[in-house]
Amino acid sequence: MTMAVPKADKLGVSVTREPSLMTGAVPSKSWMDTPVEFKPGNFCYPAKKSIVEYHKFPNPRDWEPVADDWKLPANWKDIILQGIKERLDKFRSFKIFMDCCVRCGACADKCHFFLGTGDPKNMPVMRAELLRSIYRNNFTTAGKILGKLAGGREMTFGVLKEWFMYFYQCTECRRCSVFCPYGIDTAEITMMGRELLHLVGVNINWILEPAANSNRTGNHMGLQPHTIKDNIGYLCDDIEEITGVKITPTFNRKGAEILFITPSADIFAEPGIYTAMGYLLLFEHLGLDYTWSTYASEGGNFGLFTNNEMMKKLNGKMYAEAKRLGVKWILGGECGHMWRVIHQYMDTMNGPADFLEQPTSPITGTRFENAASTKMVHISEFTADLIKHKKLKLDPSRNNHRIVTFHDSCNPARAMGLIEEPREVIKAAANNFFEMPANTIREQTFCCGSGTGLNTDEIMELRMRAGLPRANAVQYVHDKHKVNTLACVCAIDRATLTSLMNYWVPGVEVCGVSELVGNALVMDGEKERETGLRFEPLAGEGE
Amino acid sequence: MRVLYPFLAVIAFILIALVGVRIPGGQSLIGIVLPYLAILAFTGGFVFKVLGWARSPVPFRIPTTCGQGVSLPWIKQNKLDCPSTFWGVAGRMLLEVLLFRSLFRNTKASIHKGPQLAYGSSKWLWLVGLTFHYSFLVIVIRHMRLFTNPMPAFLHALEFGDGILQVGAPQLYITDLLLVGALLFLFVRRLVMPQVRYISLANDYFPLFLILGIGITGILMRYFIRVDVVGIKQLAVGLVTFSPKIVGDIGSLFFIHLFLVCLLLIYFPFSKLMHLGGVFLSPTRNMANNSRMKRHINPWNDPNITPHSYAAYEDEFREFMVEAGIPVDKELAKPAESAAAGPAAEAAPAEG
Repeated sequence: MTMAVPKADKLGVSVTREPSLMTGAVPSKSWMDTPVEFKPGNFCYPAKKSIVEYHKFPNPRDWEPVADDWKLPANWKDIILQGIKERLDKFRSFKIFMDCCVRCGACADKCHFFLGTGDPKNMPVMRAELLRSIYRNNFTTAGKILGKLAGGREMTFGVLKEWFMYFYQCTECRRCSVFCPYGIDTAEITMMGRELLHLVGVNINWILEPAANSNRTGNHMGLQPHTIKDNIGYLCDDIEEITGVKITPTFNRKGAEILFITPSADIFAEPGIYTAMGYLLLFEHLGLDYTWSTYASEGGNFGLFTNNEMMKKLNGKMYAEAKRLGVKWILGGECGHMWRVIHQYMDTMNGPADFLEQPTSPITGTRFENAASTKMVHISEFTADLIKHKKLKLDPSRNNHRIVTFHDSCNPARAMGLIEEPREVIKAAANNFFEMPANTIREQTFCCGSGTGLNTDEIMELRMRAGLPRANAVQYVHDKHKVNTLACVCAIDRATLTSLMNYWVPGVEVCGVSELVGNALVMDGEKERETGLRFEPLAGEGE
Repeated sequence: MRVLYPFLAVIAFILIALVGVRIPGGQSLIGIVLPYLAILAFTGGFVFKVLGWARSPVPFRIPTTCGQGVSLPWIKQNKLDCPSTFWGVAGRMLLEVLLFRSLFRNTKASIHKGPQLAYGSSKWLWLVGLTFHYSFLVIVIRHMRLFTNPMPAFLHALEFGDGILQVGAPQLYITDLLLVGALLFLFVRRLVMPQVRYISLANDYFPLFLILGIGITGILMRYFIRVDVVGIKQLAVGLVTFSPKIVGDIGSLFFIHLFLVCLLLIYFPFSKLMHLGGVFLSPTRNMANNSRMKRHINPWNDPNITPHSYAAYEDEFREFMVEAGIPVDKELAKPAESAAAGPAAEAAPAEG
């Protein structure tokens, strides 16, 4: 079931005209006195009972966010307060971010959800205050004495509803954190908020079901081993048709030098599959000794959007499989949140990876010093190194039909610092590249609006609103430079930006960086290419 | 209420001080007992708070990367906004603490017909914030003249610099003007800017009024209503040498000023003013972005959390794998045996 989403021109007028804090209208009531109201379209569907049971999470049941009774456990308030206490003791970030905010407001208009909705509670500072007010009331001296005067408030059902609403209107993109003078990171707050909600059985299906699939089948899509092999086989068939080159990749092969892991969306749906075709062509071009895995067949990790235990559990497969297969190191595909987990959590959670070797490119001999401990390399790092050493035969004119801009995905940009590598790859693989305005790229990049498991159709209008800042910047280069291709290094982006472009900037296609590479690669024994990897006509062909 | 109550509270504190100095023993209470209590509360509270933060571990390495990270040798790393070494982090922290680096990035977003979003440069908060903090710092240091005898040379230099405009007698200190100006700006900003007004709490206005009260009473004492400076110095030196005494009639204004300063010190550790300490400990800023190079240890990492095992996975899908020609660790069991074994895997979710 899809909610009726207003047409872009109508929503476009509404975001600029409707009174909101973004358009200069000040709400008459204090935020503490403004209850949330759930209605179809402004919330994600709750997790199915069977899925919650599968994860062995508390309080599995059927429930409705619009209902007055969420069937919470009788002592739910105590559970929440106890949960806050535990997390204050476990995470210094949480403790400091609860104490330090001075409400200077620098973060207020940095959030894509706020820019697109004008909803005051989408200002990062306000989102944190939803939780901070409870912290003050129950865990600080001033709050215990002065209560509301010190910005504290009682934990109530209304507060819980607010949390469910607004911790699922944050994509943990960390843009606010770039601007905060104390580095307060709303992603941390939202993560804590979601963990707390799980304690009383409040969660969404779009996150927990893929997480369940990933646990059981190895990937979010629930693709079983033979299906994975089949799907990649179909991609190889297409490659053969387009290039004349026959590729036969291996699966779960012990003794391969490299294990390759990418989000399962890349082998499942457009336009991710074209990115996967790019990987396949690249590895074939190099004669790389690598294998796919059907067991560790998911790069992404919806545990990051659930809680740290789930993140660890799902991530554990990568090292487990690398060890089982006896590979030397791991190469990772294009995905945003996947790389946040790999870069900032994996080694801590599931390391040390002492059974692997420090990654070294078998083609160039480059040792990836920056991955010395984790032993996992990003495909853009790997490819940029190949390009620098002139190991790839590229014909960038094959991408002449594409006028490209690059969307920095939140996590590579703000949780990894992977900014130049994909740009180097794009510039080598395509001739027409234009940057979006400076305030919307690199560490200031805007989220696609649907990250952290919010890429579900029932909140489409919200997603289109939250994606507006990104879309707007694409619109700018679309108008100015006729940009028709939005490249990115994220599987969620490839899916969500496609919806976003179709909505706000029709005529712009979304692709992975590796698709551009695959398109430009001159393969041994290939036939003359008449189309790109999407069977689209090349520049000068059929136009 | 969020503006009025804190304002009234500061007025009430002023009145309490005003009455206090007139009752017997009141001057000693405000001039001697309270300062000691305030210093104790401030240092004790500050240390307690910082230790409280430090007690919680930093389980994950979570710097916010604000530039190119360390990568291939020919890719230029942004060593200050995305540091990977101790010295890089030290540089980042210095920029953050001394120059408010992050706030310097501030922009102002506006939405226009189209819809079109625009992001304009917005450095006022940065400039005024910096002005406020540095003026405050200079003023605090200038007060050292009350506690030292003879005054160290750098204090003379500081006073000379601060009074360089050479206006009026006694000479006008620039920082006095800047402090009050900055506080008024921050206050008006909270009232006028819709977004900031909406998020502001009583505990945001209170310190503004309190520090404004301190600033104004200080300025009044220096430029308008004379107090007995010799008496003040005697008290100040006495306080730091633990032999405090109040000599003669210092003047009520001084006691109000001192009373508010003591309140600020006591209030400090229990309030958002602790951002002074917090900024140093913020994990998104004070950690090196080197988590793929160097393993970060989480003290509460739970070794019992393990992935759904490959063996269980293969047990569930072995037939399909064998049929598809995917290598398996255990060969297919004979049909009879496999039926007896039953489904070995965990219960599957309702939908694949």
